[in-house]
Amino acid sequence: MIKIKIDGKELEVDPKLTIIQAASQNGIEIPHFCWHPKLSISGNCRMCLVEIEKMPKLVISCATQVTDGMVIKTKSEKVVKARNAVMEFLLINHPLDCPICDEAGECKLQDYTYKYSVGSSRFQEDKIHKPKRVELGPNVMLDVERCIMCSRCIRFSEEIAHQKVLTFTERGTNVILTTFPGTRLDNPYSMNVVDICPVGALTSRDFRFKARVWEMSSTESICIGCARGCNTNVWVRNNEILRLTPRENKEVNSSWMCDEGRVNSFKFVSNENRVNGPMIRKDGIHVEVGWDEAISKVVSELRTYRKHEIAGIGSAYCTNEDNYIFSRFFKEVIGSANIGFLQHTKSGDEDDLLIRADKTPNSFGASVVGVGGENGTDGIEHIFKGIASGAIKVLYVLEDNIAANPRIAEVLSNLEILIVHSSTKNETTKRADVVLSASTFTEKYGTYTNFNGYVQCVRPAVAMIEQERAPDRMSMSRWDKFAARNDTWGKGTKRDARSSWRIIAAIASAMGGKMKYAAAEEVFKEIAEHIPAFKGLSYSKIGSHGASLKKELIKTSKL
Amino acid sequence: MSSYGKIIRKKDLSILQKTYIPEILKGLRITIRQMFRPTFTSQFPEERFKPDSSFRGRPVLVVENGVERCVACGLCARVCPALAIEVQAAETELEKERYPLKFEINMVRCIFCGFCEEVCPEEAIVMSDEYLLVFSSQEEALFGKEKLLKSTEDLKERLEFLRSHR
Ligand code: SF4
Ligand code: SF4
Ligand code: SF4
Ligand code: SF4
Repeated sequence: MIKIKIDGKELEVDPKLTIIQAASQNGIEIPHFCWHPKLSISGNCRMCLVEIEKMPKLVISCATQVTDGMVIKTKSEKVVKARNAVMEFLLINHPLDCPICDEAGECKLQDYTYKYSVGSSRFQEDKIHKPKRVELGPNVMLDVERCIMCSRCIRFSEEIAHQKVLTFTERGTNVILTTFPGTRLDNPYSMNVVDICPVGALTSRDFRFKARVWEMSSTESICIGCARGCNTNVWVRNNEILRLTPRENKEVNSSWMCDEGRVNSFKFVSNENRVNGPMIRKDGIHVEVGWDEAISKVVSELRTYRKHEIAGIGSAYCTNEDNYIFSRFFKEVIGSANIGFLQHTKSGDEDDLLIRADKTPNSFGASVVGVGGENGTDGIEHIFKGIASGAIKVLYVLEDNIAANPRIAEVLSNLEILIVHSSTKNETTKRADVVLSASTFTEKYGTYTNFNGYVQCVRPAVAMIEQERAPDRMSMSRWDKFAARNDTWGKGTKRDARSSWRIIAAIASAMGGKMKYAAAEEVFKEIAEHIPAFKGLSYSKIGSHGASLKKELIKTSKL
Repeated sequence: MSSYGKIIRKKDLSILQKTYIPEILKGLRITIRQMFRPTFTSQFPEERFKPDSSFRGRPVLVVENGVERCVACGLCARVCPALAIEVQAAETELEKERYPLKFEINMVRCIFCGFCEEVCPEEAIVMSDEYLLVFSSQEEALFGKEKLLKSTEDLKERLEFLRSHR
């Protein structure tokens, strides 16, 4: 540790740090465009200039290491003047088309123009024009005029995504960002460049022009696209999810997420194919019924059969809470040991950065909380054989499209009763006798356990008929705050669905089981008490960034 | 003492003054004189008042050469103190890249402040001279693009006024 002084504040810092790192660790902001904590140092934007005592010239703080006794000034007159100059140069050829630019509202150039620039331009000549609306790849659009040549995107593609396709051509003010001839920016992580681009030069083709950033509320969540569980923010306007952006978590996803998760993992939430309210098959067709009727139908069907004729398939898509309640319901209320769940792995579709072959968010948690069967994951084989032989007559399926699995689809007609929890209409709900509409991961409280035994929370970002949005860990837009009952905006569609654990608990209570919980948090409290690996965990401990399971306490052999 | 002059009490008045007749005649004279002067009253609603170009009537969207100027930046919606405006952007092949797929002003909410006009970077929303707004339901008060779009010719006076006061 060495002693330095920034703006008169004495600090003790690690000598390996650069000035900008030392400053940001101590909450001192040094404006910068090209420096990014997760990328190599480039030092080309010159925005982070600071004055150091006894040095003749200003230095760039991103590439200058701290030394003992260094006295740094980040706000001296010299620095302010230099920053003004840098901003003036950057804005000379900038199109200033903020009104049509998606970045407006979260743009570093905009923010710094307010904070660090004089606010007027002396430039009277014509601006240089460059290509606009360039398709860099399947997911990313480029506007070269807005580019400030910071090279963050180039460094990300090379260093993190390991795809060397971006480069600068030309010189001086004519510099153009482009791809090498015959290549495209099409790596699985390409959209992260949209987030790290300090301006609106790179935009997401999926989200382009859908909303202004200040019109959306954002809620902390995780991606359920694979077993990694990247931390995200869910951006919602009019009760509809418009985009996901990665949220930093050193333990899980650093600052990134993959394109597949970003673009495809949430679309089903506002799909018109959603199940809206419970349904019962009457005379061969599904009719929408109330919750009470659906629940009593399930209860009466389950009572008609003997316990070994009933089997349950939990879900790696469901939360720990859902699966835990499901397993308790089967073991204690029904008294059946026929329980298992399906794995959904896409072998080969994985890499060293984030993407996992296991395409479900919670297969680890599902087996730990007990829906995997005797040895963690072998229950499903037993159920499969039971259905094939006709020994199992009733199947109760948690959120999983089991009919998409050819082996199961073949024997499904052997069943007498099929009860399904689902958020979306699919092959399985088509064949179901009772469909109970389930909330998605953006509509409920709950926890998922990633492939590494890391437990993370989700909370409602979208309002339901029976469930308001979570007020914690959400930044609410002005629209959402002030929307009145008779406004057409701000409301959107509210759907009728419940968390799976809540549905099962209601059925269990109707069958005489003792399952009364007011909230998912209470279910989790019970999990923490009963399952050793979860010991000591709670929602508040999991917080924004998750917490690890005690993996050494997991009994099952197959993990 | 009193700055209103001498206070006249009833007991101080002469008999003629006590009859009030001279005062009544004085008043009648004014009334009769006014009857032969030109009138100011306009017979609304039969007669319509044409406001000056500085008047802030209902906000409308400017259409130039068949295309609305608006680029759906949403600034008017952001600045609107009454949250009257809803804009949904979409992409267009035109050079401006962005256009309002949906533009709706809730005229029940609008308070005719003119902030939207002031903030618009494209001079795309301006206050018109229309002040006659009658609705029989809340839905009717939602003005979509079909009611908002107005050509530059129709808005000439306001646009000129805005230019001269920039
Ligand atoms: S990049 Fe920033 S400053 Fe440039 S047009 Fe977009 S929002 Fe405005
Ligand atoms: S496109 Fe964005 S990230 Fe890439 S160099 Fe230009 S400003 Fe930087
Ligand atoms: S401020 Fe102007 S350009 Fe922007 S959305 Fe409103 S009317 Fe359109
Ligand atoms: S005039 Fe004022 S209240 Fe009416 S739409 Fe414009 S900003 Fe909103």
